[in-house]
Amino acid sequence: MVDISNIPSYPETGRTPPTEMELKLKRQERRGAIIRYTILTVMGLIMLYPLIWMVGASFKTNAEIFSSPWFFPKEPTVQGYIDGWKTSTPYTFGHFFLNSLYIVIPKMIGTAISSVIVAYGFARFEFPGKKILFGILIATLLLPDVVTRIPQYLLFRELGWLDTYLPLFVPQWFAMEAFFVFMLIQFMRSIPRDMEEAARVDGANTLQVLWYIVVPMMRPAIISVCLFVFMWTMNDFLGPLIYISSVENYPVSLALKLSIDATEAFAWNQILAMTVLALTPSLVVFFIAQKYFIDGISTGGVKG
Amino acid sequence: MAELQLKSVEKVYGSGFKAVHGINLTVEDGEFMVLVGPSGCAKSTTLRMIAGLETITGGEVRIGEQVVNDLVPGKRGIAMVFQNYALYPHMKVRRNLSFGLKLKKEPQAQIERATDEVSGILEIEQLLDRLPKQLSGGQAQRVAVGRALIKSPEVFLFDEPLSNLDAKLRASMRVRITDLHKRLREEGRPATVVYVTHDQVEAMTMGDRICVMKDGHIMQVADPVTLYERPANAFVAGFIGMPEMNLAPAVLTFDGVPKITLAGQTISIADGLAERLTMRDGPVTFGIRPQHIEPVPLGTPDALVGKVHNLEFMGHEVNMYVTIGDTDFISVVPTDRFDHAVTRGSEVALRPNGARVHLFDKDSGENISLADQQTQN
Repeated sequence: MVDISNIPSYPETGRTPPTEMELKLKRQERRGAIIRYTILTVMGLIMLYPLIWMVGASFKTNAEIFSSPWFFPKEPTVQGYIDGWKTSTPYTFGHFFLNSLYIVIPKMIGTAISSVIVAYGFARFEFPGKKILFGILIATLLLPDVVTRIPQYLLFRELGWLDTYLPLFVPQWFAMEAFFVFMLIQFMRSIPRDMEEAARVDGANTLQVLWYIVVPMMRPAIISVCLFVFMWTMNDFLGPLIYISSVENYPVSLALKLSIDATEAFAWNQILAMTVLALTPSLVVFFIAQKYFIDGISTGGVKG
Repeated sequence: MAELQLKSVEKVYGSGFKAVHGINLTVEDGEFMVLVGPSGCAKSTTLRMIAGLETITGGEVRIGEQVVNDLVPGKRGIAMVFQNYALYPHMKVRRNLSFGLKLKKEPQAQIERATDEVSGILEIEQLLDRLPKQLSGGQAQRVAVGRALIKSPEVFLFDEPLSNLDAKLRASMRVRITDLHKRLREEGRPATVVYVTHDQVEAMTMGDRICVMKDGHIMQVADPVTLYERPANAFVAGFIGMPEMNLAPAVLTFDGVPKITLAGQTISIADGLAERLTMRDGPVTFGIRPQHIEPVPLGTPDALVGKVHNLEFMGHEVNMYVTIGDTDFISVVPTDRFDHAVTRGSEVALRPNGARVHLFDKDSGENISLADQQTQN
C-alpha cells in the first residue's frame, strides 16, 4: 500500500501555501499600488488637460470654444485647420514650417558636430589651460541668455546678418551650447577608453577614432542633443523675434503670433489648430527618438 | 616578426611619480615573453609604452631595427589584445576583425581572405555576423585575438587577456594561445609576444621566458624552471610558486657545515648548500618551498619543531600550516604520506631539504645560495 498521509495538501507547485501574513502583505501591496497609480493618473490628466483641450478645441467652432470647458467638440470641424493654414499673409503655414526647418536643420547639425568635437577634446585630451577653459565653459552655463543679447545683436548687425537666419544657427556651429558639451563630456566619461586605444593600435588617427568609434558609441547622447535642439528651436520665439523682421522669413513661432495680431479679430480655432500643427513635429520626433533620448540623458548624468 | 628591445626605459608621470625605473629587456624574435608581477608593478604601463599608448619619458623602445618612441601605435607594427577585449560594440565580428586592414586601405579581396583565414584558425567562422554583445566571454576573447592576428604584426601585445574569464575557460584559452604561438612558429612565421599577467600559473605555463617586475623594476628574467628553481631574490622566490615559498628571518653561521638559527632553533644544512653560498655568516632570510620541507618524527636531528595551526586537505596532498616561532610555515605533504594522527595543535618536526634551501641577503634580498649557478654560467 502507498502511504498518502505525508502528501501535502498543496501538491501541484511543490511550494508551501502562503501564510496569512504573506497574503495580508500582498493585499496591502496591491492596495498601495492602486492608490499610487490612481493619484499618478489623475495628476497626469490634470497636467495634460490643457494640451488635450487644445487638440479638442482646434476642432471646435470659434463660438463653441468659450462655451464649454469640455475638450470634445460637439460639432467637429476642420475649418480652423483650413483657414489657419492659409494665414492672413501671402504665405501658407507650410512656408513658415519650411522657414523653421531652414533654422532647425543647420542648427541641429552644427550643434551636434561642434559639441561632439569640443566634448571629445575636453574628455580625452590633456592640453595647457584645459581646467581654466573647462571652468569658463561651465561658467557660461550660468550666464543668463539675456546678458549676451545686445552685444550679439550689435555684432550681427555689423556683419549685416539681420533679417537672415545666420544669427540663429551660426553661433551653434562653435559649440556655443555649454549644456550639450557638458552632457556629451559626461557621456564620454562613461565610455571605456579601451575601444579608442584599440582603434589607435589598429592604425586610426584622432579623427578616425572619433568618427568610427566614439560617434557610433555616443549615438544616444548625440540623438538627445539633436532632439533638444529641435524642440528648443521649434519653440524659440525670442531669437527670431529679435533678428527676423520680414514676414516672408518668419518661422512657425512668429507666424503663430501673427494670428494673434491686434489688428485682427482673434480666430481662436485657427490659432489652436496651427498650435497643434506646430507642436506635432516636436512630439513626433520625440516619440521616434524616445529610447535614445532617455539613454542619452541618463548615461550622460544629466537627469532632470 | 622582430626582436623587441627596451633600453633604460623610464616612465615619469606629470605628478613626478616614477612608475618605471630604467628597465632593460630584450625579447627575442619569435619569443613568448611574459611580464608578471603584483598590482602596481608597472607591467601594464610597460606594455602600453611598447604599444605607444603611454609616452616614454626616458630610454628607447626598439622594434626590429627601428626606434619607435615617437611613432603612433598604428605605425609601430604591433597588435594588442586588451583585458576586456575592447571589441567595437557597434561593429559585427567580421568588421571588428577587418577594421585595421580597412584603415590601411588593403584591397577588399585580401581583407576577405585574411578574415577567412584568421576566423578559420580561431574557429570563429560562425560568429562573423554577430555583434560583440552576442558573444560569450571566450568567443569575444578569440575575436580579440583574431583582430590582432589578422594584422600580422611584428609584435603581439597581450594585456591580461584572460583575467575576465572563468577558471575553466581561462585554462582552455591558455592552451589555445600557446598552441597558436607554436603553430605560427612551425609554419615559419614566428610571433614575438609580450604577455602581461598577474597570474603566475599563466606566466609559468605560457612563457618561453618570464620577466618578474616589482615597483617598476625588473627583478629577474628567466625561463620558468630557472625562475622556480633559482630565484634571484626573495621577491621572486615569494612570488613564483604555489603555495608561496616559506620565508623567515634567520642567522647563518658556519661550523664546518652551514647552520641556520631560526626562531631559537639551530639546524645544520648539508646537501651541498655550503658550495652554493656566497656568504658564510650573518643575518639572512631563510627560504624553502612548501614541497621541500617535510614532516619527520619528533626528535629527528636538523628539523624545525612547530605547532600545526591549520590543515587543508586538497585531495592528492595536504597543506600543513605550522607555526615555528613567529613565522608560519607551509608544508605540502602527499596525502599517502601524511600522518593522519596529526591534527590542529599537534607538535610536528619539519626538515628542509638542504639541496633546495635558499638563503637571501637580509637587506638586499639577493639570493646568496646560487654560487654554483654563477660558476656554471
